[in-house]
Amino acid sequence: MQSESILKVKDLKTSFFDEGNEIKAVDGVTFDVPQGKTLGIVGESGSGKSISALSILQLIDEPGKIIGGEVIFKGKNLLENSDKEMRKIRGNQISMIFQEPMTSLNPTQTVGQQIREAYKTHQGIGKKEGNKKAIEMLKTVGIPSPERRIDQYPFELSGGMRQRVMIAMALACKPELLIADEPTTALDVTIQAQIIELIKELQKDLGMSVIMITHDLGVIAETCDYVAVMYGGKVVEYRDVITLFKDPKHPYTVGLLNSLPRHDIEQEELIPIKGTVPSPDEMPAGCRFASRCPFATEHCFVNLPELIDIEENGQIRCWIYTDEWDGDQEVKVYEPERTS
Amino acid sequence: MTTYIIRRLLQLIPVLIGVSILVFSLMHLTPGNPALILAGEHAPPETIRAIEKRLGLDQPLHIQYFDFLKNAVQLEFGTSMRDRLPVIDHIKPRIGTTIALAIYSTIFSIFFGLIIGIISAVRKYSFSDISLMIIALFGLSMPNFWLGIILIQFFSLKLGWFPPSGWGELSQIVMPVITLGTAGAAIIARMTRSSMLEVISQDYIRTARAKGVSERIVIYRHALKNALIPVVTIVGLQFGGLLAGTVLTESVFAINGMGKLVVDSITARDFPIVQACVLIIAVIFVFVNLIVDITYRVLNKRIELD
Ligand SMILES: Nc1ncnc2c1ncn2[C@@H]1O[C@H](COP(=O)(O)OP(=O)(O)OP(=O)(O)O)[C@@H](O)[C@H]1O
Ligand SMILES: [Mg+2]
Repeated sequence: MQSESILKVKDLKTSFFDEGNEIKAVDGVTFDVPQGKTLGIVGESGSGKSISALSILQLIDEPGKIIGGEVIFKGKNLLENSDKEMRKIRGNQISMIFQEPMTSLNPTQTVGQQIREAYKTHQGIGKKEGNKKAIEMLKTVGIPSPERRIDQYPFELSGGMRQRVMIAMALACKPELLIADEPTTALDVTIQAQIIELIKELQKDLGMSVIMITHDLGVIAETCDYVAVMYGGKVVEYRDVITLFKDPKHPYTVGLLNSLPRHDIEQEELIPIKGTVPSPDEMPAGCRFASRCPFATEHCFVNLPELIDIEENGQIRCWIYTDEWDGDQEVKVYEPERTS
Repeated sequence: MTTYIIRRLLQLIPVLIGVSILVFSLMHLTPGNPALILAGEHAPPETIRAIEKRLGLDQPLHIQYFDFLKNAVQLEFGTSMRDRLPVIDHIKPRIGTTIALAIYSTIFSIFFGLIIGIISAVRKYSFSDISLMIIALFGLSMPNFWLGIILIQFFSLKLGWFPPSGWGELSQIVMPVITLGTAGAAIIARMTRSSMLEVISQDYIRTARAKGVSERIVIYRHALKNALIPVVTIVGLQFGGLLAGTVLTESVFAINGMGKLVVDSITARDFPIVQACVLIIAVIFVFVNLIVDITYRVLNKRIELD
């Protein structure tokens, strides 16, 4: 590690218990967020990105439950915290913004009330002073005429404006870590770029660390320092961003890169990953990706690979990179020559 | 908001005219000539004609209606057929009792309905939730006169805690209010519970939790207000049933209110009183609905847009 980690998630497990069935939404997730840096989390829908993020703040609703692992924030395991200690962290040291700006704000409270509440909760700041600070915060996130906006209700604002309000609320108490769960997915393309730019700027100003959850490899390339690729509730690859784009190792990561348009290299064609994510009860016992992997052997289907170090700050969960690999020794998972 | 209230008040005019026409025709649709009833079956035709003239029954219908309207606005409803006293003298001492009964019962319904609904929602699927919802189901399915009789049997006759009839003392108020308010409390409890459960799973509740506020604030400041929006409508709809319920409740507990007056007057075919009571109750109902609509708007700012 060239810099301290503000957050280390180790073997985190969160399951949903539905009529005696256990759905392992997050099944042993491990990653680091280095101080002041941005970690991107990518993966298909249902791979457990949001549940991992919510587990960090212990915001998992019934019938979900965190059943194991560690969430070490500034050296302390948050999972050992009491409810009260967690409340002091939420919205104060770790904040989160959500995918749906349309529904993430309380429709019966004004923008001002909702931002003020953060100051009130963590700093005991009253209405008048809170209003002043809220107006300042709205200005910071680029909302025009904040003095007027502060008394408006969410339904009076556009989606982009609401997401700015969410960001203002999340950053009100100057958190050390911001978790952004697909903050732009629901917004227009032009607004998306603005919001991403805003988060980047505020990160620099406040010296925050960020977890950026997204489907968009463009956003990853633009904002992240490190990337965790998730599949089937597990991290399959964790690399620094440049290495990941240059030399992806996991067949799933390669599939992801090939299936999405990229700006940095010329692609001959987009190749979708074949098949779909298996439902939790159809998950292979071994490598979760085996049923869709072009290289999978018998061994892969039966045995679960470990997340192993392949370089400094780089980990991979794939049999190909182990001594136990029993398939083609010359296998080329990523072929840069396919693109030019 | 003020323009809204003024607009709603203006909208009340056609409603009130409709109500008055209905009540007016009530008298003319009931079989039998009122003058004949008043005069007695064997009265000579001249007497009947004289009575008709006095009551204006010989005038064309629309003239009769406008007279009726003019009198009603001045609270002039004619005289009772039984004792020839002005109708208003019968209603005046009783209307307060009925309104008090209705208001206390509404407060009872709202208070217990909300508390039970919130507890059930917060402890979803727990023992207390399930027991409370079973009790609510009983409360809902019990006819109120029957509940009244059971209460009298048990608390008056067996235990002697409360007097079985009358109105005025706190001890006399308890059982009628429970009788009349239980069904409403049950409906409000069930509605509050399901509404709360729906609201609690909304994204903005997660946002509030992510902000670090306590669970108490999440429930009371963020969830409850949103959950109440559909409940308010139910309370409004309930009120009509509640007014109808006063009739039975007052009869069971021998309370001298308007409900009992209506029942007694129907039995005695005392039409002017029935007519006046129906009109007054309808007007009260219309205004209560207005209050409910305004409350709904205050809670739900979004409607102000359209
Ligand atoms: N309330 C729930 N009850 C049961 N299972 C759930 C629940 N919420 C999530 N899951 C399970 O957890 C898995 C991971 O969900 P999660 O929301 O973390 O996916 P995601 O990676 O964030 O996907 P997306 O990109 O669509 O947001 C889902 O596949 C689903 O099976
Ligand atoms: Mg998600």
